[in-house]
Amino acid sequence: MPVRPTVRFTALFSLTALAATSLAACSSGSGSDPDTVKVSFKQSTDNSIKVMDTYLGDIKKQFEKANPGKKVELVPIKAPDSEYYTKLQQMLRSPKTAPDLVYEDTFLINSDITSGYLKPLDDYLADWKDWDQFIDTAKAAAKGEDGKTYGVPDGTDTRGLWFSKDVFAKAGLPADWQPKTWDEVLDAARTIKEKVPGVTPLNVYTGKPAGEAATMQGFEMLLYGTGTGSGGSDPLYDKGSKKWITAGQGFEDSLSFVETVYKEKLGPEVSDALDPNFGTKVRGELLPQGKLGIALDGSWLPQDWLEGSGHEWPEWSKELGLAAMPTQNGQAPGRVSMSGGWTWAIPAKAGNPDLAFEFVKTMQTKANAQKWYVANSGISVREDVAEDPAYVDAQPGIKFFTDLVADTHYRPAYPAYPKVSVAIQEAMEGVTTGDKSVEEAARGYDEALKEATDNQVVSK
Amino acid sequence: MTATAPEHAGPEVRKAPASPPSGTRPGTVRRSLFRALPVSPAVVLLLLFLAGPIVYCVVIAFTDLQLTGQAQESFVGFDNFTRAFKDEAFLNAVWLTLVFTVLSSLIGQNTLGLALASLMQRASKPVRTLTGGIVVTAWVLPEVVAGFLLYAFFRREGTLNAILDWLHLPSQNWLFTLPILAVSFANVWRGTAFSMLVYSAALNEIPKEVTEAAEVDGASGWRRMWHITLPMIRRSIGTNLMLNTLQTLSVFGLIWVMTRGGPSGKSQTLPLFMYEQAFQNSLIGYGTAVALLLLLIGSLFSVVYLRLLRTEV
Repeated sequence: MPVRPTVRFTALFSLTALAATSLAACSSGSGSDPDTVKVSFKQSTDNSIKVMDTYLGDIKKQFEKANPGKKVELVPIKAPDSEYYTKLQQMLRSPKTAPDLVYEDTFLINSDITSGYLKPLDDYLADWKDWDQFIDTAKAAAKGEDGKTYGVPDGTDTRGLWFSKDVFAKAGLPADWQPKTWDEVLDAARTIKEKVPGVTPLNVYTGKPAGEAATMQGFEMLLYGTGTGSGGSDPLYDKGSKKWITAGQGFEDSLSFVETVYKEKLGPEVSDALDPNFGTKVRGELLPQGKLGIALDGSWLPQDWLEGSGHEWPEWSKELGLAAMPTQNGQAPGRVSMSGGWTWAIPAKAGNPDLAFEFVKTMQTKANAQKWYVANSGISVREDVAEDPAYVDAQPGIKFFTDLVADTHYRPAYPAYPKVSVAIQEAMEGVTTGDKSVEEAARGYDEALKEATDNQVVSK
Repeated sequence: MTATAPEHAGPEVRKAPASPPSGTRPGTVRRSLFRALPVSPAVVLLLLFLAGPIVYCVVIAFTDLQLTGQAQESFVGFDNFTRAFKDEAFLNAVWLTLVFTVLSSLIGQNTLGLALASLMQRASKPVRTLTGGIVVTAWVLPEVVAGFLLYAFFRREGTLNAILDWLHLPSQNWLFTLPILAVSFANVWRGTAFSMLVYSAALNEIPKEVTEAAEVDGASGWRRMWHITLPMIRRSIGTNLMLNTLQTLSVFGLIWVMTRGGPSGKSQTLPLFMYEQAFQNSLIGYGTAVALLLLLIGSLFSVVYLRLLRTEV
């Protein structure tokens, strides 16, 4: 008898051990396969939009054909922007989950560089001929504070005023409208309000529910047009002292503009403007149905109206006009645009960085880059593509938005930027709902700014 | 695998000194160890996957860990907690969480659940089945689906305003003017079934003789409720309140779908505030500290219920 317990004991003991080792096994990962490059990207939450999936599938085929024995594994992450960032950052934290190549928004890339999530690409770029074709502003978009480059931009975007020619005709406004100052934009909206009932005169994104769209398409399109126009000065961040700038006159003027839009009811209903799904409504309903006069929005809008999008609108280029957003009082250069965009970056913990860069090269041949810009209504960041008539004529509006690149601004996308952006959205929301005066909202921003940047602020 | 001793081996020689027979039985420790063995795999799993993350959470609540934008996190002591109590948005979230919990769980789900259960006691079977079916349907719907349904009900062009217009009553954008009431109502709509089921079971436990005796003595319905029914289902009330409150405290999806905590944080309860801090502002440390404070609020509620409803049985 005394023997049998030992048998049972060992059996159980080995069961426990088995459980423990199998757990260890599932946590130790199988290591990445040296012949497979894992690419993660943001898949549209709109099931009918497969632009990126199609494009990457095509590149994958080319790459596997050119590199026999190598495989590409596409890892789509289906999420709205903010949740995509979160998911990606969690993947980047561990070598077991880090892909070999990731799609990084310039909005967050500096933040991720600081966290040590990404690998500097300078050594790769030095031996890559095509890099010389990229315009300098775009190269700077993925530069860290250490001066190294961490990402290859796959295009950029610009922003301007879209207006409905039909609404303009009814309001007696010119079909070749190009406002010179903010007041002219507001006056046009007032005219529409007066003469075309049932139409929202002007949309400026605002408030926290709209997120970065409120900051960039709304507020910064105003703020960056308030300066004296001396190039290189940034109204949000002082490069010299490396400090963030508290709310000054330009900041308050921009808030006043937003306040005017909503106070005079020149914009959408406040409750609509603060509906998190309002952006979708602007693109999918209001503009195509001629229910919106002027939209301050991005160059990518047409991708929502393409074949198979669920709200096709092939006539958009005939029905909509385009105008550049003017500076506050028409000061030089007379127009303003903001630019963001996405880049391809290699995680610091990637298993196959060399192969990943080969994949980037395949994506960024002139032909492939051009195909991508056209497919996703992107703006070229390559000189050779920008000069190619086939690209310029591929879609209406491309020329207009590409020309804006000359006068565009990039966000000061340092690590604190996402929090600064939220502070801006809160200030906008305060004046939109009327809960706060411009003055109060600006002081609130100053407080939030100190909090967001550990007191690294300066007033100018 | 280990080699097993052959069957015909001689008796095993114990090296241990044979203990004289006394009060303690030899090998009890070994036996209890031996009996604990079958559960050991489960214990290992629980430690790894449940206790581990919880301990890790408590630890990072005391650091300034960020999801991005930081080279190295450091230990900051109670900074996250002091920061929370100075943070207006946090205090606003605590207040809204209390409003949401009291309105939708304590008052709404609980009372409505009890009312439905008592009414159904007296109803005919088809009525009972129908009502129960409808209420339970609201409960089994996924949270997100329920959220969208109620968003459609409350939004400006929604069902509620259509009904009000039809009655010539003033309509308004409920999600904008009274968001916390709208989400509270949504939570009542969705969670009442649970209370109803608990109370139905409890009411069925009450012996018929007692209520009949009271009826013969001439006690009115309300007095029977107050003096007989409620004291007798006291324990169920306690259990139900506790479960309801804890569920309500952690409601996220419903509010997220309906209002995202907006406008201007007017419906931002603690779970939404946590999400915003941890994932939208990348402040994992701060978000986790807030999560621990939410846990504390939950346990305060539980303690109060336990004290109030201590049975003298």
